Amino acid sequence: MIIELGHFALILAFAVALAQTVIPLVGAHKGWRDWMVVANPMATVQFLLVAFSYAALTYAFLVSDFSVKLVVDNSHTLKPLIYKISGVWGNHEGSLLLWVLILALFGASAAWFGGNLPASLQARVLAVQSGITAAFMAFTIFTSNPFTRLEFPPFDGTDLNPLLQDPGLAFHPPFLYLGYVGLSMAFSFAVAALIEGRVDAAWGRWVRPWTLAAWVFLTIGIATGSWWAYYELGWGGFWFWDPVENASLMPWLFAAALLHSAIVVEKRETLKSWTILLAILGFGFSLMGTFIVRSGLLTSVHAFAMDPERGVFILMILAAFMGGALTLFALRAPVLEAKGVFATVSRESALVINNVLLAVSSFVIFIGTMWPLVAEMLFDRVLSVGPPFFNMAFTPFMVALAMVLPIGAMLPWKRGNLTRTMRPLWGLAAFSVAMGALTWALQTGNSPLVPIGLALGLWVVLGSLADIWSRTGRGAIGNRMKRLSRLPRADWGKFTAHSGLGISIFAVAALVGWETEDIRVVQIGESFDKGGYTLTLTSVDRVQGPNYVSTMGTLEAYRDGRLITTLQPEKRFYPIAGMPTTEAAIDYKIHRDLYITLGDPQDNGGWAVRTYIKPFANWLWFGCFLMALGGIFSLSDRRYRIAAGAERTRPNAVPAE
Amino acid sequence: MRFRLLLATVLIALASPTWAVQPDEILDDPVLESRARDISAGLRCLVCRNESIDESNADLARDMRLLVRERLVEGDSDTEVMSFIVERYGEYVLLRPTTDGVNIILWVAAPVLFLIAMLSAGLYLRQRGSAPEPTKGGLSAEEEKRLKELLKD
Repeated sequence: MIIELGHFALILAFAVALAQTVIPLVGAHKGWRDWMVVANPMATVQFLLVAFSYAALTYAFLVSDFSVKLVVDNSHTLKPLIYKISGVWGNHEGSLLLWVLILALFGASAAWFGGNLPASLQARVLAVQSGITAAFMAFTIFTSNPFTRLEFPPFDGTDLNPLLQDPGLAFHPPFLYLGYVGLSMAFSFAVAALIEGRVDAAWGRWVRPWTLAAWVFLTIGIATGSWWAYYELGWGGFWFWDPVENASLMPWLFAAALLHSAIVVEKRETLKSWTILLAILGFGFSLMGTFIVRSGLLTSVHAFAMDPERGVFILMILAAFMGGALTLFALRAPVLEAKGVFATVSRESALVINNVLLAVSSFVIFIGTMWPLVAEMLFDRVLSVGPPFFNMAFTPFMVALAMVLPIGAMLPWKRGNLTRTMRPLWGLAAFSVAMGALTWALQTGNSPLVPIGLALGLWVVLGSLADIWSRTGRGAIGNRMKRLSRLPRADWGKFTAHSGLGISIFAVAALVGWETEDIRVVQIGESFDKGGYTLTLTSVDRVQGPNYVSTMGTLEAYRDGRLITTLQPEKRFYPIAGMPTTEAAIDYKIHRDLYITLGDPQDNGGWAVRTYIKPFANWLWFGCFLMALGGIFSLSDRRYRIAAGAERTRPNAVPAE
Repeated sequence: MRFRLLLATVLIALASPTWAVQPDEILDDPVLESRARDISAGLRCLVCRNESIDESNADLARDMRLLVRERLVEGDSDTEVMSFIVERYGEYVLLRPTTDGVNIILWVAAPVLFLIAMLSAGLYLRQRGSAPEPTKGGLSAEEEKRLKELLKD
């Protein structure tokens, strides 16, 4: 019964979404106030209905209702509670419902917190957002219904893919979806502004928090996904340039570009049409990512041809929204008059370069991801585009970005003087290069990877420090420290996020360049040396888990005769799903991870053991965490809170024409 | 006895995939082994989603790894090994696509896009720099006031 109610609520929400797409648009066009404001309660109702529908599906997983096909396919009575909850989105249909839920949540938030928007703009934003939601609801209801019942329910389910039964992956999709879908808000704002025919500083200020939030969520989602791959897939890789990963990186890069160019709109009222275009393309790449992941097109062209229904549906959504928005853009963009004038050397120009680097690198990933498809369809060549290509094509852009970042961040608005801006930076640049050179001289081997990564990372971090210090003006150190603590949170956000980028750059270089590996057969009781540690395999046991059996090795790590840690790598077997997984044992330390996986038993009674020393691995996650944290600081800046609170001082809003 | 050992091996192989590079695959000569690792990292495992044979657990990947090492031991150069493998398994195994034929489009895409973007950005910036400061317009006095209120820092 609850399942049917959930299904019905979704259909009802679809009807509301359709109405909410049409009525406010008409109202805004005709200037009918009540037709515009009706979008607000509609957005709330729509959200509540979808939330109920989602709760109903979660309930089915919690009570293991095996009359629901989705539960049978993705759950099992023995599965731990947390994975029953995460199992809801661990599959196509359920994750689509989550996607719809988040779309509705963002729409409702624009209704709840958008009180200070001009009425017509808000009505149009809500209408466009609701149009997107309606499209995805139709997709769910007509092609991927999560509420399908079985006529003869089995006694138990077939369990969730064991790889997904892991905390890192359980919470990685919701963050990614919050990010992808968050970009839909920027898109809605862009389309609404195009319909209005007006973009001003206030628009820049309104669109920025949504973009920032989307970017923060994407950062967290990508980082947790990468961390999961690091500890779960068994050899400590953290990025594979898999189409699915690329699908999340492309919108991340666009969101980063967009939140920087929205600053220019907000502060200087220029780069307007470019910012609108970025907002449209950012969401376009989100949709493209969804298409890539869900159509199965890139896994196999043939799988797609056999069951093209879903892929074609998303392609239609993509074509309709991108086609519509870009046509509107072509018609209206010339109307968007740029106001602020700026010289070639200025913060504005630096941000244009930032945008060029981010957007072009994103396009390069796009081309690389789609190329195998294009080559096969048009030129009849079956080929692969793998990590070697992406590393070569993508890295130069990031290097360039890191090189210009500290300079651009300190250039003044409107008109800058490179000599003056560089004055405090020359020393830092020289120091960074010197440290890179020192590293190059001291390291074993002569790969330039880590020295360059270190120099760039250091340059970005020191540059950020110099930037925030310069914001405190002149005078005695004490006064400047005091002023430092009173700086707007946006400044702290900029500092934190940029430092995080610098740290991540260094960590990636160190991890890739300095990692060492050891593969060997170890007898029980035998010891071996690796990277200054003495490791002893003391036992290998069979352990029974809740829904798996584990082969668990126990290794003791000694350094200078002192026990550092005991590591227990596992090989698990999930009998219901019939799938094995590896659980690496990792000793996390600030300067390195000691990473051990257990392999197969050997003929002579020993076990295959792989040991890795992964230098500065934690710095990578810490850098990503800092980037996300910087976004949150920026998001909590007083200006946005005041913008939200300004509504209360102005009870009688006049609808703008 | 022989049969039971075989059965045990098969059962273990079914229950758990073999783990990427196995200890018994590693060549005694470290230089040769490191060349083998580099080559394997650039070859795609044909039956996997998106893994090189160096990372993959599949039996086919193991066969290919052994093949690479066999060729290296016999004295082939890296390129010779690569072309041997490509001849056998097709262009699809190359994780780094070749630059011949239409693939050139893929390889020049990044620099060309970057040049076009920088060129258009440069043109835009020049035009922006010389444009006259437009007079305030488009906003009513009240909107202007409200904008100030919103943008107040």
